[in-house]
Amino acid sequence: MMLTVVGLSEGMLEDSARRARGAGADIWIRPPGSAAIGLSSAPMPEKILEFFRQQPHVVIATGSVVHPIGGVNTVTGLDFEEFSRMSGGFRFLEGGPFEGPDDIIVDERYARQENVHAGDTIRIMNRDWHVRAVVEPGKLARLIVPLRTLQELTGNTGKLTQAYLKLDDPTNTDKVIQSLKAQLKDYQIYSIEEFTSLFSVSNVPGLRAFIHVIIGLSVVVGFLVVFLSLYTAVLERTREVGILKSLGASPAYILNILLRETALLTLAGSVLGIVLTFGTRWAVMTFIPASLTQKTVPEWWPIATGIALAGALIGAAYPGWKAARQDAIEALAYE
Amino acid sequence: MSEEPLIIRIRDLHKVYHVGEVDVPALRGVNLDVKRGEFLAVVGPSGSGKSTMFHIVGGLTPPTSGSVLVNGKDVARMSDAERTEMRKREVGFVFQKYNLLPTLSAYDNIAIARHIARGSPEPDGDFRQILELLGIAHRLHHKPGALSGGEQQRVAIARALVNHPAILLADEPTGNLDSRNSEAVLSLLRDLNQRIGQTILMITHNPEAAAYAHRIVHMRDGRIVDA
Repeated sequence: MMLTVVGLSEGMLEDSARRARGAGADIWIRPPGSAAIGLSSAPMPEKILEFFRQQPHVVIATGSVVHPIGGVNTVTGLDFEEFSRMSGGFRFLEGGPFEGPDDIIVDERYARQENVHAGDTIRIMNRDWHVRAVVEPGKLARLIVPLRTLQELTGNTGKLTQAYLKLDDPTNTDKVIQSLKAQLKDYQIYSIEEFTSLFSVSNVPGLRAFIHVIIGLSVVVGFLVVFLSLYTAVLERTREVGILKSLGASPAYILNILLRETALLTLAGSVLGIVLTFGTRWAVMTFIPASLTQKTVPEWWPIATGIALAGALIGAAYPGWKAARQDAIEALAYE
Repeated sequence: MSEEPLIIRIRDLHKVYHVGEVDVPALRGVNLDVKRGEFLAVVGPSGSGKSTMFHIVGGLTPPTSGSVLVNGKDVARMSDAERTEMRKREVGFVFQKYNLLPTLSAYDNIAIARHIARGSPEPDGDFRQILELLGIAHRLHHKPGALSGGEQQRVAIARALVNHPAILLADEPTGNLDSRNSEAVLSLLRDLNQRIGQTILMITHNPEAAAYAHRIVHMRDGRIVDA
């Protein structure tokens, strides 16, 4: 559970960062007061793009509206021509560019998950959209619609969620950012490297706390499962404990056997858990590749194993102590 | 009285069990001497106290009062840890229900007793001779479930002897066996006594089993009534 949650968190953040890089922008600009990573609506005036275009070294300035449609899924409104110029263009697997205001372009993962093809009709935001194309994933968004359509639908005519700048030379990025920051004091202005570096667990509000809650739950569940299993096992093995005592086994010897057995089972369980994360990753990437992305997180394997081991050994301590303190004669008489 | 040294010397042994608020006396002043190398049978009806005496001599429970010298050491004055230590080396138990660990092979049942006592599971060289005598050398890699009652009891005897204890304590060792296997196990105990001089204290209901011993003592109501 722990590895899957961490894998999903890191996988989705990495996927978002990869798609952000795929936009091809050198500078990202978000409106004042917005979080770097978030699903805020569109409080930035579209006219600001003209201001950006007048700045030295800026070759392309375009923007998008991002609208949440449930869960972590969003639909993104783009100026198709400008965005294609900036990103190097979409690679079409089916269909082609927008032809009408109700067109939608989906990426291959979404198409695979929802089993849609160019020419199909899908319903999003209580509206039917004509699937114009299926494109390779990795260019900013999974669901792309014309910018004007989404602005009107969401009541954000003339506004943008974020803006992207393409420079004549990426080495000018710092210079342009300094200039923009001096002129637009409250705006969030990032280089692409800086922006994608923000896609980490610590920069998503509540995510680290959520992971800690999951780790806590894992420890509690591990503790309870081991405690109850071992408590039952000790009861079932009362006679065996009596036999060991008759052979001269000390309480420490019996406790040692039980704790070693617990540790061995926990290690085996951890290996099984690691193998299962490959199973969940396969299931996620096969059945819901557009909604979730799970990463394999080997650096968490020893951490998860250590946490499981600690929970299990704490859970084993009382049943083990109880077994070790059993009266030998009563234990031998146990049926 | 013979000049042979005593391996068990019991004097005025009392044991009282507390059942709720009631005191139940199980032993009421037992006196008994057992010589080194002796094969002694203790016979008595249920509730006569013979199992209680067996448990005290084996260090499984402390007496309420009296003294019990086993191989020169007084069990009555031992702590729990000292009695645990005594069970490793001074005594070996054979029970009516064999009490083998069901998930271990016959060999591992023997090896674990060795491991508990000596820290190493390997029996010493002369133990092979005892296995040959017991006739189970070829059955050691089977689990108890695959062995007959007689074979299981012979494995239990091997386990009891693996640490060369001063005393073999056998509690109704033929109680779960048919007459043929009973005879085989009793003959083995007598052979062990005769060949390696093993001291054996055997509890039994059965007069025919008791007849294999050098000496028979009778218990009734927590006392030895003849010796």
